[in-house]
Amino acid sequence: SNPFEVKVNRQKFNILGRKTKNDVGLPGVSRSKAIKKVRAHKKERTNVFKDKRFGEYNTKISPEEKMIRRFTLERQQNYGKKNIYNLNEDEELTHYGQSLAEIEKLNDIVDSDSDTEERGTLSAELTSAHFGGGGGLLRKKASSGQQDEEEEKPKSRKELIEEMIAKSKQEKQERQTRRESALELTEKLDNDWKEIQTLIARKTPKSERKEKEAEKPKPDEYDMIVRELGFEMKAKPSERMKTEEELAKEEQARLQKLEADRLRRMRGTDEQANKKPSHVSADDLADGFVLDTDDRRLLSYKDGKINIENEEEEEKEGEEEEEDDEEEGEKEDNENEEESEEESANEDEEDVAADSHSDLESDLESEEEAAGNKEQKKHKTNENESQNVEELDPKMEAAKSELPYTFAGKRRIDPCCLQGNMYSEKKANNFNILCFLQKLVGFLLEYIGELATLDLPELRTIDKLVLFMYMKLFRLLIKDFKLCYDSAQFPLQSVFSVGFDSMNALRELDENGIKKCYSKLIQKFQINTLQECRITTLQDVIKGLFICCLFLEYVSLSRRFVPELINFLLGVLHISLPKKQAQGYTVVHPFTPVGKNLELLLVCDKKDLESWQKQNLPLSIVTRLKETSRTEMNHIRLSCLALCFDLIKKCAALYESLPSFHEIMHPVRIVLTQHMPVNEYPEKMQEWYHFALKELENKVKHYAPLICEKKKPVPLKQYTPRIVKVLEFGKKLTGSKKEQERKQLIQKHKRELKGAIREIRKDNQFLARMQLSEIMERDSARKRKVKELLGSLATQEGEWKAMKRKKGKN
Amino acid sequence: QLPTGLYKKVLIILHDSILPYMNEPTLMIDFLTVAYGIGGAISLLALNGLFILIHQHNLEYPDFYKKLYSLLDPSIYHVKYRARFFHLTDLFLSSSHLPAYLVAAFIKRLSRLALTAPPEALLMVIPFICNLFRRHPACKVLVHRPNGPEDMSEDPYVMEEEEPSKSRALESSLWEIQSLQNHYHPDVAKAAAILNQSLPEMEDDISGLLELTAYELFDKEVKKKAVDVPLEFEQVRGLFGKKNDIFAEHFALD
Repeated sequence: SNPFEVKVNRQKFNILGRKTKNDVGLPGVSRSKAIKKVRAHKKERTNVFKDKRFGEYNTKISPEEKMIRRFTLERQQNYGKKNIYNLNEDEELTHYGQSLAEIEKLNDIVDSDSDTEERGTLSAELTSAHFGGGGGLLRKKASSGQQDEEEEKPKSRKELIEEMIAKSKQEKQERQTRRESALELTEKLDNDWKEIQTLIARKTPKSERKEKEAEKPKPDEYDMIVRELGFEMKAKPSERMKTEEELAKEEQARLQKLEADRLRRMRGTDEQANKKPSHVSADDLADGFVLDTDDRRLLSYKDGKINIENEEEEEKEGEEEEEDDEEEGEKEDNENEEESEEESANEDEEDVAADSHSDLESDLESEEEAAGNKEQKKHKTNENESQNVEELDPKMEAAKSELPYTFAGKRRIDPCCLQGNMYSEKKANNFNILCFLQKLVGFLLEYIGELATLDLPELRTIDKLVLFMYMKLFRLLIKDFKLCYDSAQFPLQSVFSVGFDSMNALRELDENGIKKCYSKLIQKFQINTLQECRITTLQDVIKGLFICCLFLEYVSLSRRFVPELINFLLGVLHISLPKKQAQGYTVVHPFTPVGKNLELLLVCDKKDLESWQKQNLPLSIVTRLKETSRTEMNHIRLSCLALCFDLIKKCAALYESLPSFHEIMHPVRIVLTQHMPVNEYPEKMQEWYHFALKELENKVKHYAPLICEKKKPVPLKQYTPRIVKVLEFGKKLTGSKKEQERKQLIQKHKRELKGAIREIRKDNQFLARMQLSEIMERDSARKRKVKELLGSLATQEGEWKAMKRKKGKN
Repeated sequence: QLPTGLYKKVLIILHDSILPYMNEPTLMIDFLTVAYGIGGAISLLALNGLFILIHQHNLEYPDFYKKLYSLLDPSIYHVKYRARFFHLTDLFLSSSHLPAYLVAAFIKRLSRLALTAPPEALLMVIPFICNLFRRHPACKVLVHRPNGPEDMSEDPYVMEEEEPSKSRALESSLWEIQSLQNHYHPDVAKAAAILNQSLPEMEDDISGLLELTAYELFDKEVKKKAVDVPLEFEQVRGLFGKKNDIFAEHFALD
């Protein structure tokens, strides 16, 4: 209606047959209509802010509960299907809407007091100086109110900056000096503390530790709580206790596995020489140290700390010798003092060691202080060894938790024994004890040797001691062995006795974890003794039989054939027979078919024969045969014979799988069947005899002809196609790989050279072009100048001519 | 005629200090023959002189090999003159004209006796036997008899027979060496295991092994480096504390 409100949409071309809809529009009208519509729509609406927070206005619920409910609600909301498999994604923890992790990060930055952080923040002065713009003016304005009269005169910008720099430098220096002094103070404090600590450590280790804690700045209480919560133990369902049977089963399985491993090793060396025997079982037993220590109850405390142990161990081994000497020296010095001390020390265990020990003590102490060890020990020397032994024995019986350690001086003839008591099994939580033990082991071994060579070997003591031993220092012993072998090779008899004594002591060590090589060495040694030592006395026979026992045990698993064993047993049988001419078997080396040592084991006395009863041979008779009656001697002889029968039985059981078992056992069988005066023996002996014989005889004879292993056929040589990489088409690569590489390099070099030449040429061209253009420019400039000059001259001439003409006119 | 000690001394130096300087070494024939017949160590020593006479002076010695065969008894591996004896035996048996039965008898007897021998002797005698096999391939039936009877109840070889031809060695097999493959000394076991395979052509040089002593073996063992291998896994229970301990059965600690 209103022509001003009408908007006409003009059409450029009229298209036939099309109705035009929007040729005329009324924008104002439609807008007002729309506004009206919206208003009408809004009329019914009342917009309310609805608080959907859980229980916000519910006063009945306590705030904590409210929080918990809200939290659970939120968790429920978030817990959807897609989150089921989201295992390790924890939701972010917040505090007042801020992520805790970020807060912590920030804290870190604030806490640290290093120089670099402060460099980042700008002082107000600096900022104003830099960004103030026109420094002086702004500064005057800002500071006019506060500054004194002196500074009324505005400083120049340069002065200001210099001042600032000086100030900051000063500040920095001050800071540094402060820090240095603090450092010095702490150091001093540490030293002081160390001095005091040695005094305190022994008596009140616990309080000491508390003091230490107190020294540190007390941590924030909130922090502590947080930590506590963080590290709080959560109860977990423990594993069901295992029944005895299950335990036994597990143990069996473990043993079987180890056994299988062992067998594999054994065969590995046999059948496949190329397969290295260095196989180590999957269990962590490979580490000799762990293996050895595992067995002993003493070291049961070291859980999870094995790694560090090993390191320490290595260190220790180096140190060991030095310390030995050290200790020894000290011993000598203090011998007198300590003697008097001895008794009192026994009673009072908390007694601190004498002053003379202090440096040694402090040495150890400094080692120990790291972990706050609570071990206490005392050393004392005894001059008289036997006395020492006597002292040892009751102690051991009495106090199991106490480990009496006794070591003999290294190379001294009358050994002073240093004895240390340690009772730290449970308390000790570090490895220093371990190291200490390692040191002790050396002495212990020596001591055992000492005990074994006594007139009256203290086998029971050794028995006890051996429990705590392990093999770390075994190699040392081997060397000793070698030494004694070297020195006593010719009087083999002495080797026999020496060897026996040490072996006696070593036997258990042997079994416990010796490496293969060592046991082999010992075997070798013992074999030598078995086959080369002449048998002259009853003791020799017993020693020999003892070694035979050892051997049987060595080979009980591997079933290795030991000829010397059979030879010796045969010999023993031989000397138990009355002299006879007709034989049918031959005895070998250490025994002779004729000679004075025959009939060593022969017993003729009827009464003795009847009164004999099987008894265990006491090992002490080996070194010192008691002056006993004939009867007892005869009894011992019979015991030997019985032992021999038993060993034969065991050998037979062990070797029955050998293809020439019957040939091996042939002489033994002949002796047993044809020469033994069985009927004269007591019943028990006859029993032994029959056991042995049965074991020998009821083996089937079984000979299968030998057949060589088939040779692996050597494969025919064949011409396989040679495959060559083609790097560049059209070119054949011949020759070896090296040659090819060389060629390729040459090619590359050529190409590069060409490229370089081209480049140089291009450069030269460019240069020439530039020069040319320069010359041209100069030329053109000169031309232009010449032209200008000429032009100016021409105009001058023209003017001059015009002047002339004018003059002429005039 | 002579005391034993003197006999031995004379025989030891006979071959290099007496025989070369005699105008007529053949005069020693009777002496050596008697010595050879005595047996034991003296026979072993007489061998050397006899060998020179046979070799350089055309001595015809009847039943020489039979005598040599009968010299083999368990003590040869233990006596001092082991190296000398085996050196000579090696010489005597190096002839390729010897009948197979004889060599087989020697092989069988040596290996039978090896069952009581010390390891150093074994380390020597096993290559020795290998060499015999190489020289006399006809004897290889002792280690390789593919079409033989399946199972024998008795070793056909007769140990007590003096005559090598009647010892039926060729019908037997070298079970002794097979047993030695289980020897406790690993080197011996390894050496014995060689006979399982077919032998390489080259002969082993045993001259270095002849003088091997137990001491050398021990020395070698000491120098060896070994890899640490856990062996024992049973807990310690004192000296005699183990289960089924032989020691606990027969010995007491006092």
